[in-house]
Amino acid sequence: MWRISEMNAAVDPIIELHAIGVRYRLPRGGVRSIKEYLLQAVRGQLRFDDFWALDDVSLAVGPGERLGVIGRNGAGKSTLLQVIAGVLTPTTGAARVHGRVAPLLQLGAGFDPELSGRENVFLNGTLLGMRRAQIKARFDAIVDFAELEAFIDAPLRTYSTGMAARLGFAVAAECQPDVLLLDEVLSVGDEAFQEKCVKRLREFTDCGTTMVIVTHSAEFVLEECTRAVWIHDKRVAHDGEPQMVVDAYHRFLHGVGEPAAAAVSAVSGAA
Amino acid sequence: MAVITQTPVAEATRGTVPPTRGQGFRPPSSPYDHGLVASLRELWLFREVMEELVKRDLKVRYKRSVLGIFWTMLNPLLMMVITSIVFSNLFRASITNFPIYVLSGYLVWTFFSQSTIAASSSILDSSGLTRKVYVPPALFPIACVVSAVVNLTLTIVPLALLMLVTGGTFSLALLILPVSVLLLAVFSGGLGLILASSAVFFRDAVYTYQVLLVAWMYLTPLFYPETIIPAQWQLVVYLNPVYHLVKLFRAPIYGGVLPDAADFVVATVFSCLVGAFGWWFFEATRRRFVAYL
Repeated sequence: MWRISEMNAAVDPIIELHAIGVRYRLPRGGVRSIKEYLLQAVRGQLRFDDFWALDDVSLAVGPGERLGVIGRNGAGKSTLLQVIAGVLTPTTGAARVHGRVAPLLQLGAGFDPELSGRENVFLNGTLLGMRRAQIKARFDAIVDFAELEAFIDAPLRTYSTGMAARLGFAVAAECQPDVLLLDEVLSVGDEAFQEKCVKRLREFTDCGTTMVIVTHSAEFVLEECTRAVWIHDKRVAHDGEPQMVVDAYHRFLHGVGEPAAAAVSAVSGAA
Repeated sequence: MAVITQTPVAEATRGTVPPTRGQGFRPPSSPYDHGLVASLRELWLFREVMEELVKRDLKVRYKRSVLGIFWTMLNPLLMMVITSIVFSNLFRASITNFPIYVLSGYLVWTFFSQSTIAASSSILDSSGLTRKVYVPPALFPIACVVSAVVNLTLTIVPLALLMLVTGGTFSLALLILPVSVLLLAVFSGGLGLILASSAVFFRDAVYTYQVLLVAWMYLTPLFYPETIIPAQWQLVVYLNPVYHLVKLFRAPIYGGVLPDAADFVVATVFSCLVGAFGWWFFEATRRRFVAYL
């Protein structure tokens, strides 16, 4: 069932999602005060709006795979990343990730504008699971990769968006996770740096790091990914060779063809 | 023999995982584990993150000020001067060495109010992070309490200075203070966890608490002597945990004696109850945070 290349077929999957569903349950009418909530709870008037962000999604990803996740806005792509990151516990089904997961953090998450670049490297590095001793050992490599030697002791608020993104990538690049999660973060930074990042990502996956990237760039999926998944309306619509999945997605976007029902049942049934 | 000794090496280098991976890293934790032991073990795994959060808090607080960290020491001194001027005429007869009386209570209150206010919005403030990377959420409110412990330790300097100047007594009873700090931290931590979790579901909790805190402050004998508390309010004051915590500090610092056993027992019971309930409440609700952030 797993559309994993020959090389990985013998290896156990590093990410296993078995028929997971994620339900958001919010009080109807947006109750936001304790008094109101308790009153309604006592009267038995508490109603919830259920919203399924993911429904019956099964996925197995092996070591070294570069998985591109595509789909329309609100289809559930980011929720999928949150489940893999362990941030969201699925409401139904089971999720298992064997190893360390590191999301590539965007500016604002894990960075403090008042702290210097140096201090942020330590903050961010420990958040991504590095020990302080190791950050110290790799500090020069991080700064070197980010090309920020001259600014490393300046507060992060003085950095441009691109500079901060470079620092964020450099930290993640040195932390060697088993699974690297990217959510449209490579769109920041100049072209030269983007190329450097892409090269680094290839080195990662060559060493067995699994990459899951949510992107709207079909080009990136076709060039860099070994596999693609199209999430449509909370479910996996297509899973397989990047070319095939991207073609199906594009056909759907341009009004020809539906998310193949056959593909959905094939994927979820195989789990 | 040779085969046996070589086996681990062969194991480590075989396969797709490079041999360096895993060394110098926090071991992967499973966010799906439940239970007290698993949660505590997880917090321990993330201790360096906690240290970085505390460092950030201390660094950022006075980042762009000239005096920097000295404000932590200067602030209680200046507060003490102001309150002394305002209140000392009022209570001159009943309190000797008013500055030390005020400062010993003010330190406790600053710890308590700062840590719980910071904790109450700590989960909301870190939502940008906790929606992306798995970090045990309890880390954030607890880091607020740890920062407060560091700040309190720094205020030993102005306190000792003031005791020297005003002729306060340095007695062996001061050695009980680490226990007092521990009880204060457990109480503030428990309440901080409750507030932090409540604030995720009801944003009002943060603001409601800040208002309640003002009333709470006046129900705690910080600036006034206990003798002026009217009879009908005495029970309320007695049921105020912070009152007993203040006495755990005030007895050795101001009185030069060990705290009353009664204060000690009541403070311990309150701290343990609030600490345990706070932990339970937080653990019971934390899995639903992400949906509300």
